[in-house]
Amino acid sequence: MHTTAELIIVAIILLDLSLAVSGSLATCIRLAAAQGVIAAILPLLAGSGAPESRAVIFSSTVILLKGVIFPWLLTRARVKANARKDVEPFIGYPASIILCLGAFAAASWLGTRLPLPETTRVAWIVPASLATIFTGFLLITTRAKAITQVLGYLVIENGIYVFGLALFVEQPLMVELAILLDIFVAVFVMGITIFHISREFDHIDTDELSQLSDWHPQRDGEAK
Amino acid sequence: MITLLMLVPLLSGLMAFLISDDGRRRGLLVAASALHLALTISIFVARPEIVPGDWFGLDALGLLFLGITSVLFFGASVYAVKYLSFEKYDPGEDSDEGFIFNNQPEAVFIGCLLLFLSAMTAVTVSRHLGMLWAAVEATTLLSAPLIYFHRHKRSLEATWKYLLICSVGIALALMGNLFLGAAGIKAGAGLDLESLLSKAAVLDPAWLKAAFLFLFVGYGTKMGLAPFHTWLPDAHSESPALVSALLSGALLNCAFLGILRAAQVCVGAGLAGFTGDIFILFGLLSLMTAALFILGQRDYKRMLAYSSIEHMGILSLGVGLGGGAVYGALLNAVAHSLTKAGLFFVSGVILAAYKTKQISEVKGLFRRLPKTGILWLAGFFLITGTPPSGIFLGKLMILTAALAGGHYAAAAAYLFFLAVVFAGLGRIFLEMTFGEAPQAGTAGKLPGESRQMLIPAACFFVCVIVLGLYMPGWLTDIIYGAQRLIGGVI
Repeated sequence: MHTTAELIIVAIILLDLSLAVSGSLATCIRLAAAQGVIAAILPLLAGSGAPESRAVIFSSTVILLKGVIFPWLLTRARVKANARKDVEPFIGYPASIILCLGAFAAASWLGTRLPLPETTRVAWIVPASLATIFTGFLLITTRAKAITQVLGYLVIENGIYVFGLALFVEQPLMVELAILLDIFVAVFVMGITIFHISREFDHIDTDELSQLSDWHPQRDGEAK
Repeated sequence: MITLLMLVPLLSGLMAFLISDDGRRRGLLVAASALHLALTISIFVARPEIVPGDWFGLDALGLLFLGITSVLFFGASVYAVKYLSFEKYDPGEDSDEGFIFNNQPEAVFIGCLLLFLSAMTAVTVSRHLGMLWAAVEATTLLSAPLIYFHRHKRSLEATWKYLLICSVGIALALMGNLFLGAAGIKAGAGLDLESLLSKAAVLDPAWLKAAFLFLFVGYGTKMGLAPFHTWLPDAHSESPALVSALLSGALLNCAFLGILRAAQVCVGAGLAGFTGDIFILFGLLSLMTAALFILGQRDYKRMLAYSSIEHMGILSLGVGLGGGAVYGALLNAVAHSLTKAGLFFVSGVILAAYKTKQISEVKGLFRRLPKTGILWLAGFFLITGTPPSGIFLGKLMILTAALAGGHYAAAAAYLFFLAVVFAGLGRIFLEMTFGEAPQAGTAGKLPGESRQMLIPAACFFVCVIVLGLYMPGWLTDIIYGAQRLIGGVI
């Protein structure tokens, strides 16, 4: 039982690394979706005994959301925005993977500092979760496109989910649903915004969204 | 009662999407916000008990922030009626770059505005930290379309930054919530505030500290504490004046409430020293950032945004110092919200008349728009804490508490940054109000001063002055109650 759960943890970490080195936007969308789906299976295995029907319903909602709806929304946004197919990283892939490995080492150390209570027996949850969150940040900060930033947000969400739902299946369902609804609407609103950005700017490169800043002396009236 | 408080704006917000007549929709906005204010006042009078285990309830802290939100929203809705009718006939020419743009459909704007109020209300009344999180995230999502009211590139950029930075920040707060759950997993504390507080002493301290850090960074992003504030000046400068007022006066406070809830648990667990240091550090950092960026500022709405960062820093500092400073910080929260909302309202009038946000191109407010000029200058004196003003009292209490507590370095830094901010703001405000008005050829089609757009600001300013001279007993009670909750016992 728990070996399966541990295999999932390993898979999640491997998916982090592949997200860090994958150059194709479509692949990244699929990888993040796959990670969301297998993370959603985790709470079903982590508990002792057969999972409750509630937990099954909740997990299937998450799988539907992260495995089907989000990838569909993001792929649509990518096609509509006519984006280039690669992720256009600001740093090389070797640097990305080294950062990712470093994050994993740091996360493992933190994991030893924060021992989990006895109730869960799945090893490596805390490091895997923190490393996934870090991968999300990496995607947000070092990739040029707005879509990869949404993807990064989703990966962060996956990381939180790995940690949270492995521990707290007994949370009130209302609260969990409210949180899921928020995430769904967030991705939806971001998708709409990406669409507006591509229409307004003819690209979705967020590093060129730099008109508002206090660092550059702003154009003084006469300039366009 | 509390459910009604959330339902009124929720239902009227949904209705606003369906109404096609502009006049009726604006009427609905004012009516709903008036009803919300009336309900809030009745709660202030009745003070319903908190039922343990309920997800919603109002303690003094929640009540204080609910009151601010409700009053501010009512002012904003009165302002909105005139503002939106101006916008309707405005050609939608960009103020600084001269391109033409469209506005968001008014139904979407008013609908989101009301739903935004509903979400903020939910933040103030939540007793379950998971619920609180969901409500804070909902405020982000519902206010994003408000920032994108003027559909052009710069507002879009601001919206994107706001959406992404705040969503990611708040995602970290979710992690913080889960850590909090992990801290109480042995004690079976869950995420219900009541049970967390009653079991605070047996929570795992390592997890609790980690939880506080994540919650602080997460909600701090939304609150605009430096160095997580980067979205704030952009969003405040690009959104319509009344939205900036609500973001600055109500939303930042709601995010602060999230942090305060976490601090409440930590104080209960005996970690007041740990949280206090973090509050002081980031408070001073925010003050410094604001002071630096106000000095060279060229855009008056960004200037107001940085002044909000300054005040968020003051709140954080005050809570960190503890004791009487907490009272000062909470008083400052009330006074700052009113003053800043008023200033943003006035800035909308200036923007409509001068068609620019550049400070260098706004001159001679006194000659061209005398009433606006008077309010703008009054706002300057109030926001910088010139007596009599509630902000002056708040700042003074924080200073005395810092000195009494032996935090001399913090007190010195605090005074220094306040002085820098005063000088920076003073230069800008004086430059704008005095001097010759530009002889613009466009004088014929100026919208002039609308009384309806100035009255909310004037009322707010009067309230702040009154707070500086006389504190009503009921307000003192509530602030004391809130102060006790965060552990600031004198």
